[in-house]
Amino acid sequence: MTDTTPEALGGTTLPAPAYGALIEQVARKSEAVVIPVGAIIVGLAMFSLFLVFLGKSPVDFISLMYKGGFGSSFSIQNSLTRASPLLLTALCVALPARLGLVVIGGEGAVVLGGLAAAAVGVPLLGSPYVVVIGAMAVAGMLAGGIWIGAVGALRHYRGVNETISSLLMSYIAIALMNQIVEGPLRDPSSLNKPSTYPIGKDYMIGNIPGMDVHWGLVVGIVACVVSWVLIEKTTWGFAARVSGGNVRAAQIQGLAVGPLIVGFTALAGAFAGLAGMIEVGAVQGNANASLAAGYGYTGILVAFLARHNPLAIIPVAILLGGIDASGGLLQRRMGLPDASVLVLEGILFIVILFSDTLYGRFKLFNPDLWLRNRQ
Amino acid sequence: MTDPSGVGLWGVPLAILGGAIRVSTPFIFVSLGETITERSGRINLGLEGTLVFGAMIGYATAVVTGSPWLGLCAAALAGICFGLFHGWICKFPKVNDIAIGIALMQFGTGLAFFFGKPFIQPVAPHLPAIPLGFWSDIPQVKAALDVNVLFILGIVLAFVLYWAFRNTRVGLIIRVVGDSSDAARAMGLNPNTVRLFATAAGGALAAIGGAYLSLYYPGSWTERVSSGQGLMAVALVIFARWNPLGCFLAALLFGGAGALGPALQSVGVTQGYYLFYAAPYVLTLLIMIATSSRTRSLSGAPGELSITK
Repeated sequence: MTDTTPEALGGTTLPAPAYGALIEQVARKSEAVVIPVGAIIVGLAMFSLFLVFLGKSPVDFISLMYKGGFGSSFSIQNSLTRASPLLLTALCVALPARLGLVVIGGEGAVVLGGLAAAAVGVPLLGSPYVVVIGAMAVAGMLAGGIWIGAVGALRHYRGVNETISSLLMSYIAIALMNQIVEGPLRDPSSLNKPSTYPIGKDYMIGNIPGMDVHWGLVVGIVACVVSWVLIEKTTWGFAARVSGGNVRAAQIQGLAVGPLIVGFTALAGAFAGLAGMIEVGAVQGNANASLAAGYGYTGILVAFLARHNPLAIIPVAILLGGIDASGGLLQRRMGLPDASVLVLEGILFIVILFSDTLYGRFKLFNPDLWLRNRQ
Repeated sequence: MTDPSGVGLWGVPLAILGGAIRVSTPFIFVSLGETITERSGRINLGLEGTLVFGAMIGYATAVVTGSPWLGLCAAALAGICFGLFHGWICKFPKVNDIAIGIALMQFGTGLAFFFGKPFIQPVAPHLPAIPLGFWSDIPQVKAALDVNVLFILGIVLAFVLYWAFRNTRVGLIIRVVGDSSDAARAMGLNPNTVRLFATAAGGALAAIGGAYLSLYYPGSWTERVSSGQGLMAVALVIFARWNPLGCFLAALLFGGAGALGPALQSVGVTQGYYLFYAAPYVLTLLIMIATSSRTRSLSGAPGELSITK
């Protein structure tokens, strides 16, 4: 694409007036917002078309989705609750992605994080609240961090493809969790649904004052902001972006690519592990098979929709939380199977990936193309 | 040997052998399909979604028409559609084939669950098996050697592909496109068209593998019909070094690992059920670790493949 740069066209000396520079900047920035939003709208339109073929009303679908996701204060709080694990699991995909790695095994880190949190929390019961919750958080983050950090290490030091290994490891993690929950850590009173001993009501993570949403939402938002600062404003983040762009170039510059990859994947896994710990501490009360609820997989979609920008993850996770929250309503009112949410998410995912090809194609967003016409 | 039916501990290797034959068939088809796709220089991670959709549509068609063979055809057709879609969308610049695969995995699975709901209850006719164990009186031996037609087709296909990649025009075209797009263009070939058809062929085989799951073993359509076979097959292709015969052997090995848990359970070992269940995943991971290398590129890898670059 060298022919679109002004240099290649000999247009560098063209003095642009100040307001022109501003317009150029706005045009460049707006591309990053207009294309994803447009893709989401196209995705919704395609799903509506799918519904029309099935003889269902897309208008009902849109209005029910709005009602179930964002229509009332109850549904907004429901969406926010569902968004909070997604914030963390999306980071588990977005952080490695900035280094050029496609890690899709966040589900395993969630499961092991929750299990480790319960395993550490239960023996500590009786200690002060802060100690128990702190230890659980550390255990969850360590478990998740080691799990996904291992994926990064295998990638860098052994050349093992991270996409496949992370998914395999999440299957292994779920099997490990099932084995441990049914075996050594089982609470004998949990008959139908093997679980660990509960951490008890007194040690549960409470709700944000004035809302029916637990503190996990705040943790998730803070994690997104911290990740954004890390990637965009620190030397480490810069180094990570350089090696994500071109590993060879990063190595020639003397960047320690190995520790960067292991560090970022471990941090990513720690966030997903934290999501598991919050799921245990704020929702389930113990570790059981419900930890594998698919947050890791929805997190992949959130990260790709947000184009791996940690700040953009916040609104996208809330949107996806809303879509998840409206699933029940769609099922009851329109008689759609619960998998409709999966279909919608799949369509959104494909459309957003396809939209990658559109960047730099629209004249409106590319002042370089205007410059070419000016000459 | 007083009791002919009590094969005792021999039951374990017998059950593993029988299980390996039964469990490996979907692996054979998916990995052969992925071999064709990857040899052309693209990777389709969406085969897992194709497999689940193939399992659903194959079962549904068999329920409605009463013929498992029509089900198999329907699955293959659906697989071709998924493959064509993947191949078409990946030809656009900056569209990442791995990410599209992940998206198609979710989309295919979602679509299968969406349309598959009404077919969880009805019973479909199964694909026929050939009783190769007719010479034996021992029921375990008979059970182990009840071989499905698709398994035999899979073996034949592996040999045919092995031969075709070396000796036919089509095989050479796929290989040149996979090794160097530039060389292919210089020969007047359009890499995108070749990859489109290679991905379609891969999709068809993956969907047949899925139909085997729902129409023979385990033999019913549920939302848990696949346990990641479509994905493990991708790892298996790397292990087999893109060699169709290697795929067949690797699939047998994976099938054996998958049959380990049920085989031990059948003789009363119930400890560690979940860990045995995880055996194929652990095996895949270990094999990937053992066969990958940081410094040299994998021998036999198609040059245009993004996963090994």
